Amino acid sequence: MSQLKGKGLTRRALLSRAMAAGTLAVAGAGFIAAPDAAWAVEVSAISEHEMATLLQMARDIYPHDRVGDRFYAIAIKGYDTPEQKAMVAEGIAALDAAAQAAGHGNYLGVGWEADRVAILRGIEDSDFFQTVRGGLVTGLYNQKEVWPIFGYEGESFSQGGYIDRGFDDIDWL
Amino acid sequence: MANAAKFELTDDSVVVIVGTGAGGGVLANELAQKGVKVVALEAGGRYLPEDYINDEWESFGQLAWTDPRTTSGDWRVARDFSGLPAWIVKAVGGTTTHWAGASIRFQDHEWKALTTYGAVEGANLLDWPIDGVEMAPWYQMAEAKLGVTRTGDFPGLPGSNNFKVFDAGAKALGYKEVHTGRMAINSIENDDRPACQQTGFCFQGCKWGAKWSAAYTDIPRGEATGNLEVRDHAHVARILHNDQGRVTGVEYFDKDGNLQFQAARIVAVAGNSFESPRLLLNSASSMFPDGLANSSGQVGRNYMRHTTGSIYATFEKPVRMWRGTTMAGIIQDEARHDPSRGFVGGYELETLSLGLPFMAAFLDPGSWGREFTTALDAYENMAGMWIVGEDMPQETNRVTLSDTVDKFGLKVADVHFSDHPNDIAMRNHAYDRGQAIYKAVGATRTLPTPPYPSTHNLGTNRMSERPEDGVVNRWGQSHDVPNLFVSDGSQFTTGGAENPTLTIVALAIRQADHIAKELSAGAI
Repeated sequence: MSQLKGKGLTRRALLSRAMAAGTLAVAGAGFIAAPDAAWAVEVSAISEHEMATLLQMARDIYPHDRVGDRFYAIAIKGYDTPEQKAMVAEGIAALDAAAQAAGHGNYLGVGWEADRVAILRGIEDSDFFQTVRGGLVTGLYNQKEVWPIFGYEGESFSQGGYIDRGFDDIDWL
Repeated sequence: MANAAKFELTDDSVVVIVGTGAGGGVLANELAQKGVKVVALEAGGRYLPEDYINDEWESFGQLAWTDPRTTSGDWRVARDFSGLPAWIVKAVGGTTTHWAGASIRFQDHEWKALTTYGAVEGANLLDWPIDGVEMAPWYQMAEAKLGVTRTGDFPGLPGSNNFKVFDAGAKALGYKEVHTGRMAINSIENDDRPACQQTGFCFQGCKWGAKWSAAYTDIPRGEATGNLEVRDHAHVARILHNDQGRVTGVEYFDKDGNLQFQAARIVAVAGNSFESPRLLLNSASSMFPDGLANSSGQVGRNYMRHTTGSIYATFEKPVRMWRGTTMAGIIQDEARHDPSRGFVGGYELETLSLGLPFMAAFLDPGSWGREFTTALDAYENMAGMWIVGEDMPQETNRVTLSDTVDKFGLKVADVHFSDHPNDIAMRNHAYDRGQAIYKAVGATRTLPTPPYPSTHNLGTNRMSERPEDGVVNRWGQSHDVPNLFVSDGSQFTTGGAENPTLTIVALAIRQADHIAKELSAGAI
C-alpha cells in the first residue's frame, strides 16, 4: 500500500491499485486479502478501508520488513467487532483527516513511510493510537509463527533444553 | 500433602503465616520441622513444575500478581505500567517460582549504611540492628538449603553464550570479579532435584525443578511433618487484636469468597513489600488508628526497589541469549562502596535475557517506529545484562492505601516512588559501564533500557534498633505488638546491592529459630 497514490480510495480503487502494484493487501467485498490470495481477513463490523488502514498503521508503528502483512492482519483482526466499530471509525477518520491536512488524499495514499510516521506522530497521544499500539505489543510479537523470523526459538523444555543444543556455542568472540 | 495437617479455625495455638514465598514459605517449613504448628495462608493457587508454562505471556497470566494496584511518583513504571508496579507471583511458593536464582550475601558494610555512607540528604538511611558476623551462620544454612553454586561443594554453572559475551567484555575492561554467579540452581544433582538443563524460562518457573523454589521444597517438606497446613486461595483481609494489644488471628476470604477467622498465637506477615504494609494499614483499629504496628509511622515508608535498569546490545553475529539460564553471570567489581564514582553504595551487573514477547514489551515501553523495531530485528544477535544497585530509602517512597478496592472490597496498595539523585547517578554510571563492556567486544548498538516493574520490593516495614525508627526489631518482631512478626523483604532496613532472596531466606531461618525458642520458653 505504500505504493498506492491518490485520494478518496474506494474499495474498488484500492483493489485495482493494489492489484496494479502487485503487492500488499487488497480489499474486496467484505474482506481484505493478499493479491496472491495467500491470506485474507474478512471484515464484518468495520469497513474494508478501515481494516486496510489499520493494517498500514500497524506496519508503520512496528515496521519489520521481514514480517509479512498476514501477521499484522492477525494482530489487528480483533478490532473488527461491533464493540470496536465506533472507536475504529472515529480513529481512522481522524487519521485520514490528518493525512488530508498534510496534503494527501488519505492515510493509505501517503507513499513514504516517513510521511506516514510524521502523521502518526501528530496523533500518538490519542487513545486510538495508544490502543492500537498497545494491542500490537502482544498481538504481533506474541504470535509464535512470528518468532522464527526474529530467530527466537520459544520453549525448549520439550527438547531437553539447550544443555546439548548450543547454549554455549558462540564461536566469534 | 499426604500427611498435611488440618487445624481448626478456633485453634489459637497455631502460628499463622500470611504468604508462602522466600520469607513465609521458609519460615513455615522451618517452624514445622521444629514441631511448631503452622497455618500458612496463601492468596494464590498451587502450581508445580509440571504446571509451569514456558511461554512468557501465558506464564504471566498463570503466576503473576495482577490484582489491582495503583501507582504514583515520577518513576517511569507509573506511566508505562500504571497498574503493575511489580512483577511478582501470586502462588504457593510466592516469587521463589519466578526469581532468577542469584544468591549473594550482603557485604559487611551494607548492614551499616548510615555509618558507612554518612547522612545523605533526602534519604532516610539507618543501620540494621544486625550485622554480617551475626548473619554468617544463617547465610551458610540458607546457602546449603538452596544449594547455591560456588558455595560449599557446589560447582559453578557452565557459561552460556550470553555469559561469554559479558565475560569477554568485562575482562577487556579489566574487571576481576566475573563468574557465572552464585545461583540457587543445581549445577549437580542435589536435594532430589536434577541439575540445570540450560532450558531458559527461569522466570516462568523451572520445569526441571533445578532452581530452588519453596513451592516444591520447603512447602511439601513442611507439610510432610504433619505440622503445617497450607491453605491456598486464602486472601487475608485483616489482622485482629485484643484489648491487650496482642494479635488474636486473621480474617481471610477463603477460596469460595467466604470470610473466615483463623485464630493464632502468633501472626507472621510475609506478603511482599506491597501486601504486607497494606495488610497492616488495612488492620487499623481504634487502638491502632494509623494501622497495626505503626506507632513509628514507618509502615509503608522507605519503599526500595533497587536501582535497576538493563543494557542490551546488538552484535554482528548471533548470541542467542535466551539459550540457558536467564541470569547467567555476574560482575561484582562495582558492588563496592566508592563515593569517588559520584554516589554512595554499589551495584552488581548480572546477565539477563528476555524472550521476544517480553523484549517487545519492556525494551522501551511506549516506543515505536524503526528506532525501536530495528533493535528487535537484531534480537538474535543481542546480549543483555541487568543492573542491581542499592537505592536510597526515602520516607516519601511509600505504600499507602489507595481509593481503589479489590474484588473483596479491600483498599489496594498505592505505590509511590521517585528516584533519589543518588539512584540516578548510580544508574547512569552503570549504563556507561554496561555499554562500555559490550562495545569492548564489538557491539554495533547499545540500548540502555529503563527499569521493569519491580521484582525486588523492600523496606516498607523496616527493621530498627529503636521503636521510633522502624516497624520491627532485630528478630522481625513488631516493636508494638509482641506476637506479630514480619518475615519478608519488607523488613529490610536498607537494600544492599544484592538480589534479596538469600537474605530473606537467611532471616526466615533465623526468625524460625527465635520464635521456636520463645514459644518453648513461654515468652510469646
